[in-house]
This record gives sequence, structure tokens and C-alpha cells, in this order.
Amino acid sequence: MTRATLQALLSHWWRNPLQLFTLLAGLALATALWSGVQAVNAEARASYDAAAATLGEGQYDRLVRRDGQPMAQETYINLRRAGWLVSPVVQGRLDGVRIVGIEPLTAPGGLGPVAPQEGADITAFLSGDGQLFANAETAQDLPDLSVIITPEAAPGTAVTDIGVAQRLLDKSGQIDSLIVLPNQPRGRDELAAIAPDLSLQPAQGGSDIGRLTDSFHLNLTAFGLLSFAVGIFIVNGAIGLAFEQRRPVVRTLRALGLPLRQLILLMGAELMIFALVAGVIGVALGYVIAAILLPDVAATLRGLYGADVSGTLQLRPSWWLSGLAIALGGTAIAAGSALYQMAKMPLLTAAQPRALAKAAGRRAVIQGIAAGLLLTVALVMMFIADGLIGGFTLLAALLIGAALALPLILDRFLAACSKAAKSVTAQWFWADTRQQLPGLSLALMALLLAMSANVGVSTMVSSFRLTFTDFLDQRLSSELYVRTEDEAQSAALVAFAQTRTDIILPIQNADTQIAGQPTEVYGARDHATYRDNWVFLQQSERPWDSTFGGDTVLINEQLSRRAGLNVGDEVVLQGRAFAIAGVYGDYGNPIGQAVIGEGVFGTLYPAIVPRNFGLRMDPALVSGFVADLEAVTGIPATQSVNQAGIKSISLAIFERTFTVTTALNILTLAVAGFAILMSLLTLATMRVTQLAPAWAMGMTRGQIGRLELLRAVMLAVLTAVVALPLGLALAWALLAVVNVAAFGWQLPMYLFPMDYARLGLFALLAAALAALWPSRRLARTPPADLLKVFSNER
Amino acid sequence: MLLTVQNIHKTYHTADGPFEVLRGIDLTLQAGETLALTGESGSGKSTLLHLIGGLDTPDQGQIFLQDRDIAALDDNGRAALRRGTVGVVFQQFNLIPSLRVAENIAFQARLADRHDAEWAATLAARMGLTEHLNKYPEQLSGGQQQRVAIARTLAPKPRLVLADEPTGNLDEATAAVVLDLMLELVSETGAGLLMVTHSDDLAGRMSRRLHLRAGQVA
Repeated sequence: MTRATLQALLSHWWRNPLQLFTLLAGLALATALWSGVQAVNAEARASYDAAAATLGEGQYDRLVRRDGQPMAQETYINLRRAGWLVSPVVQGRLDGVRIVGIEPLTAPGGLGPVAPQEGADITAFLSGDGQLFANAETAQDLPDLSVIITPEAAPGTAVTDIGVAQRLLDKSGQIDSLIVLPNQPRGRDELAAIAPDLSLQPAQGGSDIGRLTDSFHLNLTAFGLLSFAVGIFIVNGAIGLAFEQRRPVVRTLRALGLPLRQLILLMGAELMIFALVAGVIGVALGYVIAAILLPDVAATLRGLYGADVSGTLQLRPSWWLSGLAIALGGTAIAAGSALYQMAKMPLLTAAQPRALAKAAGRRAVIQGIAAGLLLTVALVMMFIADGLIGGFTLLAALLIGAALALPLILDRFLAACSKAAKSVTAQWFWADTRQQLPGLSLALMALLLAMSANVGVSTMVSSFRLTFTDFLDQRLSSELYVRTEDEAQSAALVAFAQTRTDIILPIQNADTQIAGQPTEVYGARDHATYRDNWVFLQQSERPWDSTFGGDTVLINEQLSRRAGLNVGDEVVLQGRAFAIAGVYGDYGNPIGQAVIGEGVFGTLYPAIVPRNFGLRMDPALVSGFVADLEAVTGIPATQSVNQAGIKSISLAIFERTFTVTTALNILTLAVAGFAILMSLLTLATMRVTQLAPAWAMGMTRGQIGRLELLRAVMLAVLTAVVALPLGLALAWALLAVVNVAAFGWQLPMYLFPMDYARLGLFALLAAALAALWPSRRLARTPPADLLKVFSNER
Repeated sequence: MLLTVQNIHKTYHTADGPFEVLRGIDLTLQAGETLALTGESGSGKSTLLHLIGGLDTPDQGQIFLQDRDIAALDDNGRAALRRGTVGVVFQQFNLIPSLRVAENIAFQARLADRHDAEWAATLAARMGLTEHLNKYPEQLSGGQQQRVAIARTLAPKPRLVLADEPTGNLDEATAAVVLDLMLELVSETGAGLLMVTHSDDLAGRMSRRLHLRAGQVA
């Protein structure tokens, strides 16, 4: 019995390969988008973990010299003798690779791939020319050294013994920092007594980098989920239609004596096999998507947060297993209701052309209530949402609520059109479109989600771009920026530039903490460059006067939001209190920033000598100045960057920053277009019986085909009309809620009508292309096939 | 007795309220006997056939098939009944469009685990389908499709054949040929036949006739 039933069920797909293709393709695409994004996330997370493990970042306190210079080896020995459990680290760059030298016998466990506890070959590590540990990508940059390849090494980093690192980096007898191990012995001497020039940097677990990258991944995961939701709509539609088409066969099978339970079991098993096959294809496609996206994600994370991510992809079981699980789960969700309806279907119900419409009518009430509830939740969340969870709840409620409401809105609109129609063809067209709506609604919901995500994200990105470009103009106002290697070079530069520039603006900063937030404090020279260009979000009266006068401080928006500081509040720097005179926008900076006057900065941080300078001069003189500077002081031209160069680098980083989002946008829209194609193709075979009467009553096949095309385009237009306000609401939620929670700053929202018009055009084009083939097929349906409809009904 | 129907009642709930389609029907049928069920549209003929075939359940009354009360069977029991004991010929043929003619003929017998290739070939030959065995149903005429449906029903050699206007979709000449073949084959297998029909001519060729009016035996 099972064999005969399976033969009957599977023969359906054999005879309808297009339906099988749409089902498998929908599921595979949904899985591909999800697993692609997950693969990127998994890879990036693994890179951070490796980096954290290699450098001990965020895990251990560190001792560093207050002036940022390396310390002598004796300092380390003195501390060990005084009972301090510390382990030395040397860091530097060699051929673009970050070399980290550790002392394996004292380094804490978890310091990368050479932790002694894991049985690494310490002898080989310490002896001879030494060994370096790096991943394959990094190893290629160190061709002359003995590199052991380990995939767990952080990207762009090679770990080696401290002696080897000192030799390679030419830092003999020097140590950059000391890792302070946990569980220090009690009663050891005070740090100030042994090494007064060292300061303790606390562990930075849950630091800004961690938070920011987490939010970026949350963003990507949200996109993955959105894409998957689009996919699920497609799968749901494909499975629903496939079941609808097999309804008569199912009834026959049951009438011939096949038990319902066995039928459901076999159909469920059949779908699960399809899901597994499509899941494997989807995971493979996802791998390709991830491999294409990963270099841009790596660039995005470096550009936004300075976090290093490997640009190559590894096959990790966690994501391909989750991809398969999602494919199976997605199918189970999509097939669940179809199987339930089949189980409840009366055996004797005759096949009805309006079965879908009737079933949809019954569901419409429930759907309407759910849409209303979700949109109410979204409305409430708009006022009270705070933080990432609130932001994403708002987004989810808004998107799902609107998607559920779409068929109801379209149905009401079509009913009104039908009522207003004058000609008989128009009446038939509207009524027939309304009847098609249930079969197309899932694809249209997918299109709505894809389009609104496009509008929302492109509005966010473009608003960001506009704000950021203005911001660069404000912040990079000096014509030339010069970096020096040491104090002597700084002095030489100042002496040389004194008479050749309008003003020299030293860029000097010190790391500190304000209200528990890691912050960079800058000492700014009193000049119109700052007064004229900086834009404040909040300010007291004449903020620059009091700041340059040494009485007040200016802080960036990130610090203001995270520490809850506003104009008039006080902050303490090196024991001295400053009132906040202004809060400025500081887009793209992950951490807090504060600006004080140059004079007071020199008093509070006397050891800091500026190494970066902004020089104001006639832009036409810049190239001559750079050449003369090198000739006179020996400061190479490579240490000078003109303003235009910095801007173009910054903008280039920024442009790459959102490549991932754009790629996902295009993919999602393409998948939605595919959904329409699949739905129309699946419906086309059912359409013959509905269109045959219109043909018999005098409409030509060409006319019918053209109306089918018009119907698809019109439904896409109506969907676009709903998608625009939804997309703008999405953009607002991203800018005003999610962005603030994730990045710490709020962006102004700009509107881009031309972009929306272009997107609308693309959506129409996608819908028209999707409808072209099915319409053509219908227009070319042989009269004999149309006649069969009547002969079967005789 | 092959079939005994006692005091069967069935009510449908429509938009206009409950509609009692069968109101206390009694009938009997012996093995090898043929019975025509006639009556106007809505008199309850098809409903009675569906109840006897285990496609639906009565609200009241009993249906004994070979001394087993099928009204008391659960869904699985009724499915088993339809697979092996009862064969139904539908007006709309209800073939499986994705299976070839040969596979359609063998289908029900295979479901019942009673497939006999020789008997299936005999049925196909007697029905004039031998040259169409590799075709799909859509490639056949209405008369040919109904012959496939009859062959499929008879393939597992059911004890009772139920036919719901089996020639309703066919022209007169084809209907006569198809009915002749069905009666011949049913007689050869010794099964009982209960046929719903509007046609007095067809009813006249059965050994007995039962006329229904407004849900009762007239």
C-alpha cells in the first residue's frame, strides 16, 4: 500500500516538474539567505574570539607606561620579585602583520594557540629561530619565517615567543605591556612603590567593540531572519498551492481506501525529504553568498569598529546544521497548516474553483485581528521602545503586522474597484483579480517585506551618508595632516611649519575613563577651524570660549548618551572637575570622546607630546610643502596626508561599509520577484479552468494574456504603495531606536524620492518579468486545452 | 445477505438550516444481485451510496456489510472497507492524472495488497484499453476514462460495487457499451452492484429497482 501511494504522490511531481522546481527553489533560496548570513556571523565571531584569545583583550588587566612608551625588561623583573604575577607582551607590525610576543611559561591559559596547557611544543617554540603561529592567510605575508598554521589564530596576527618578537621587531630588552594574572598574592608591594611610571588598565570585558560588533551581528541576523521570513512566505505559498492542486488526487486516494493518517504521514515525509534536499542546496548556495559577502563584511567591521575579521570562510558545522534545521523547520511550519487543512477536509467536498478564496475568507478575520494587534504593539513601541530588544520588537511587529494586513487592504481596494467598474471587461477583471488574491497574497507579502526593507535600509544608509559627508567636511578641515615618529620630528615639524602655514593644530589625546566609559581626551588649540566648523547637538552659550579658556569640556554624543551626561553636568579629568559646555555629533567613533583646551590638556597630561598635526594653509601650497618638509626635516611624504586624501579614504571605507546591506537588499528583492514568478506559474495551470469561460464568451487569448500581465503589475504597484510608508516607518525605527541602541548616536532622517521611485520601478519590472512567462503561456494555451475544461464539466 | 441497511437517517446543515436528506431508509442486497437506485435530484440517492461505501457516516441507523456494521467503524476501518470490500465508480471518473492507465487500473488492487497482474490485464483487454495502457488519463476520451475507472474498481475483486451515475458523463452509445461491460464483469466476479441512475433504461437492466423520494423509499 505504501509503495502504491508513494508512486501516486511522487508521480505528481514527475508530471509537474515546474511545481517541484518552485517548491525546491523557494525553500533553497530561503535557506541560502539565512545560512549565508549565519555563516558570515559565525566567521566574524570566531575571528573576534581568536583575537581576544590571542591578545588577552578584555580578559585581563594590563600594566602599561603612562606615556605609552615601552617599558624596560627590569621593570618586569622587579614586579615579579615583588610578588606580582605578570606576564610580558611585546607587540608590533612586521610586513603588515601584527606580531605578538608572549612568554609561554607565565602567560595565562587561553592566550591563543600556543597556550602551554594545551601541550604545545614549548622547546621548539623557544629554541632556534623560533616558531610563529598564524592562520593560513597571515602566513602568506611572512614567507621567510617558520610559521605553524593554525586556523584558530586571529586574522592578521602571528603569535610567537617574546624573545623572537623582540628580535623581529627590533625591540631588544623592551616590553610593551604586562598582563596581570588573576588571583594575585595578598600583601604584595604597591605598584606605585615598584613602578610609579606604570598604570593599570582594567579588563575590558563587554567593551564597546564587543557591544558594537554584537549589534552589527544582530543587524545581520535580523536581515537573515527577514530574508528567511520572505522565504517562508514563498515556501508557504508554494506548498499551499501544491496541496490545493493535489486536493482532488488526495480525495481520490482517500475514496479508494487510503487511511488519512498514512496519507498525512507519507505527504509529511515526502515534504521533509524535499526540505532536506533543498536545505542541502540552500546551505551550499549560502556558502557561496557568504564567501562573496565576507570580504565586504570584514571591510565593514574594520571600517566601522576597527575589528579584524578574517576574509576567508571556513565550513563550520554550527551554521550548516542550523541551515538544515531552518529548512526542515520552515517546511514544517509551512506544511503544518496545509496538512492540517487536508486532514480536516471533508472527503466528499467537490472541487471548487473558489476553494482558496473561501478558505482565505475564513482566515481573513483571524488575520485581520492579528494584524491589528501587531500594528498596535508597533505603535506603542514607537513611543516606549528603548534598547536593541525594544527596537527589534518594534521592527518585527511593524513588518509582520503590515504583511498580514496587506491582503486585506488589497481585497478592500479591489472590491471598491469592482463596484466602480463600468465595462463588463473591467468588472470581470477586478472580480477575477480579487479571486486570485488568496493565491498570490503570500508572494505579495514577500514583495512587501522586501520592498519596505529596501526603502527602510536605503533611507538609513543614505541619511547616514549625507550626515557623514557633512561631518567629514567639518572634522577634516585642515588642508594637511602630518604624523611624526618621535618628539624630535614633532619639534622639527613645528619649527619648519611655523612660518609656512596659517596655523598648526596639534592633535593630541590621552586615554581615560569618564563616568566608567572608555574615553579619548583631546587638547585642542584655540582657532576658528573648530569654532566655525563643529556642529553641536546641545550647547551652552559660547562653548568654545569657556573650553579654550580651560573651564569647560565638550563631549561627543556617544559619551553623552551612554553616561547620561548633558550640558551643565560635571565630569572629572585627572582629579579636576569640568562642566560640559557642549555635545557634538561624532559619527563612526565607537568610544567616548572629550575635548578640552590645549593649555589645560598640557597641565593635566604633561607627558603627552603631540604626534599628529593638522596644518591650515593655502591648498595650492600643500604638495610643495610636503616635498620641502621631507627635504628639510627628513619627515617622509608618506607621513603626510592631504585633506582630500583622508576624505576619499574615509568615504571609501564608508561606501564599503554598507555593501553587505545593499547586497542583502538586492538578494531579498530578487527572492521576492522569484516568489511572484513561482506563484503565477503555479496558479497558471489552475487558471485555465477560470479563463476558459472568458475565452468562450469572446475574449481572445492574447487579450487574456495581456490582462494577466496587467494584473501582476497592478498588484505590484499597489504593494509598492503600501511598502513606501512601511519602509519609511522602518527607517525611522532603525535611525531613532535601533541605531541609538547599537551605535550610540541618532541620525537625522532624510527622504530620497528618486531612490524610492527607482526601487518602485525595479519592483514593477520584477513583477512584469515574473508575469511575462505565465501570461505568455496562458496567451498561447491551445484552444483544445480550453475546450477540455468544458468537456470535463459536461 | 451481502448488504443490509436499516433505518438510515442523514441530515446536512446548510445556510438555510438543517436539511434531512435521508429519513429512515431500509434496503437489502444479496451477492450477485444488481439494484438500481433511482429518484429525482436531491432525493438522497448519492448520499445513501456514500454512506454504504463508507465515504460518510449516518446520523442514525445501521449498515451491515457481510454482517459487519460499517456505521460503527472508525476512519481506518472505513478506509480498509473501501480498499478491499467495496469498490466505487464515480461519475467524474476520479482517476489519478499523474499515473498511466495501467498504473491507474492496478492502483486500488495494490492498495488492498491484492494485485493480480493477469486479472488486471484481462480487465484492460475486456475494457478495450490494451493499446492505451501507457497513456495518461488526459489523453483518453470520457468513455475510455470511465472504463479505466471501472477496471480499477473491479481489479481488487470487491464484494460490493457501488456506481454513482457511472455513465452520466457519457453519450448514449458509449454509456450502453460501458454498462454492458460493467454488468458482465460484476456478474463474473459474483459481486453485488448498487447503481445510482437517472435513466429508466439503465435501471430496467438491473435485477431490482428502488425509487427514492424526499429521502424515503417511494
